[in-house]
Amino acid sequence: MASSETQAREGAEQSTRYLDAYSRMLLIRAFETAIHRLFLRGEVHGTTHLYAGQEASAVGVCMALEPDDYVAGTYRGHGHALAKGTTPEALAAEMLGRASGVCGGRAGSMNVIDLEHGLVGCFGIVGGSIGAALGAALSAKRQGRVAVAFFGDGATNQGYFHECLNMAAVQALPAVFVCENNLYGEFTPMAAVTAGGDIPGRARAFGMPSVSVDGNDVWAVEAAAREAVERARSGGGPTLIETRTYRHYGHSKSDPGAYRTPGELESWLERDPLRLTRERLLGEGVGEEQLAGLESAVEQQMAAAVEAALAAPYPDPGVEHASEFR
Amino acid sequence: MAELEFRVAIRDALAEELERDPTVVFFGEDIAAAGGVFKATPDLYERFGPERVFDTPISELALAGAAFGAAVTGLRPVFEVMFGDFMGLAMDSLVNQAAKFWYISNEQGSVPLVVRSAVGGGGRFGAIHSQIHGTWFQGVPGLKIVCPSTPAEAKGLLKAAIRDDNPVIFLEHKRLYSVKGPAPQDGEVLPLGQARIARPGDDLTIVALGKNVSDALSAAEELAADGLSAEVIDLRCLRPLDIETVLESLSRTQRLLAVEEGPRTGGWATGLLGAITERGLHDLDDAWIIATAETPVPYSPTLEDAFMPDSAAIVAEVRERLGVPVG
Repeated sequence: MASSETQAREGAEQSTRYLDAYSRMLLIRAFETAIHRLFLRGEVHGTTHLYAGQEASAVGVCMALEPDDYVAGTYRGHGHALAKGTTPEALAAEMLGRASGVCGGRAGSMNVIDLEHGLVGCFGIVGGSIGAALGAALSAKRQGRVAVAFFGDGATNQGYFHECLNMAAVQALPAVFVCENNLYGEFTPMAAVTAGGDIPGRARAFGMPSVSVDGNDVWAVEAAAREAVERARSGGGPTLIETRTYRHYGHSKSDPGAYRTPGELESWLERDPLRLTRERLLGEGVGEEQLAGLESAVEQQMAAAVEAALAAPYPDPGVEHASEFR
Repeated sequence: MAELEFRVAIRDALAEELERDPTVVFFGEDIAAAGGVFKATPDLYERFGPERVFDTPISELALAGAAFGAAVTGLRPVFEVMFGDFMGLAMDSLVNQAAKFWYISNEQGSVPLVVRSAVGGGGRFGAIHSQIHGTWFQGVPGLKIVCPSTPAEAKGLLKAAIRDDNPVIFLEHKRLYSVKGPAPQDGEVLPLGQARIARPGDDLTIVALGKNVSDALSAAEELAADGLSAEVIDLRCLRPLDIETVLESLSRTQRLLAVEEGPRTGGWATGLLGAITERGLHDLDDAWIIATAETPVPYSPTLEDAFMPDSAAIVAEVRERLGVPVG
């Protein structure tokens, strides 16, 4: 009887964890929808790279992390930051170039840093996150922590990928390399520029355990991440996880995605990670009302975050006291 | 007075800082078990162990990325890029990650890393093992660039670089490794960004960096016999660049000669003369530069010797330019 009570409690805890994950994925989607809208209104400047469609990757991986573990993200990094704990208020204000932004408006969309939440940075250079995570893993090894690099399929053709995976494997560092394969490097199909086409195979060439998972299935991503994180934390060295996923928008705000094959986007929308998560939660007995409640709470949270960001002041060049050095 | 060899000064500075601060780590190619190709880092691996001092793959970009990532998460990494010429491979992480982090993070954290390299010509290493990469990085805000001229300076400046909270590019002229000089006082840490008057004088200010400081001092000695009193300034750092010390010297001498081992175009000497002109034009009677030819560093001994600015070249240029009587 005690055991059935334990099982029931564990079941409830599991549901809560995946409800939290669903909520975090909803937040990322709402964030990107809002940023897309604000970009069209001229409130977000330069360019921006939206993460919509890939939410299960960042959220699934971060479910397996402790708050003080390290994450390095990419220029498509809004999802990485929100998954690791950056608040939507601080992130939205950063996108809008406001003084209340997580980096005071100095960084912008591509280069977010949030050390308080273990985000060592998002990197505007393809592959930059891999080098940063390699170094964070040197610290993490002493601190009992783990360092994660998110990067895309395009980054696996950079020197950073090959040099850093080799060094992390040689030194058995506590790193997890998460390749979000969204099938395109900027405007070019991955297959056209990636010899062999087998990203986990590249990691295996370094003697590194490596696995490919459905990147739109947050349960699958989390399970793979949990195994990799446990291996890293227990001294077993690095792992590569390929999450197969898809970006709903083009590469950047200048890219309408004209190179997509007919029906491609539609078929991926059928496998929208939010939809898959919602359906599974319903199937596991979570009530429609509870899900609708979460959805409306996230929408309100995001609307409030945008309102606060729009009301926040821009940094004043007249009072800004930037110092070149610490 | 106790004598110290330049390469030993480097090793001692590393050893003292590794000893003093457990967050200091040191890595690079052949620096641990082999003790460094210039024998500047022997015994550190044996003394501090593989967690603190370790050999790495020949992967300069990974080394720079590793140093950056380690520095923003609690360590104080020092890494060696064996020859400065290899710094092109490490550039992304240093320029786009390390140099910008303090500012774009809105000062959430800084990047206490040091990258040491052997630099400079005169070793018959040819075009791609002889460059001085300081000027490649001089225009990047957020970096400090240090180039010591003597063993004592090397020790005090390297200790300062390791203790500094910002990314520091540290240049060790390969013709200095075997030079011996007076040892510094125990524990001396020199300031970064502050030039040093290596020899006082009244008639001419010669500004030099690294190995050229000793060339300028020899030249000053010879010119003294001509009746010309040359002040020699050891610039020490390319960034921050200490304009004040040079301006103060010029207010007394009115003449400036900058000696650079590197091309005039885009070199630090042209930048220095620009800054001096902007702020000290009223003090200037003359200002000029001795630099290298606008070619890669040649290999053949006759060509390389002619390429490098040395004491004889400085003396000849000064005599001709200022009309100092010979002999």
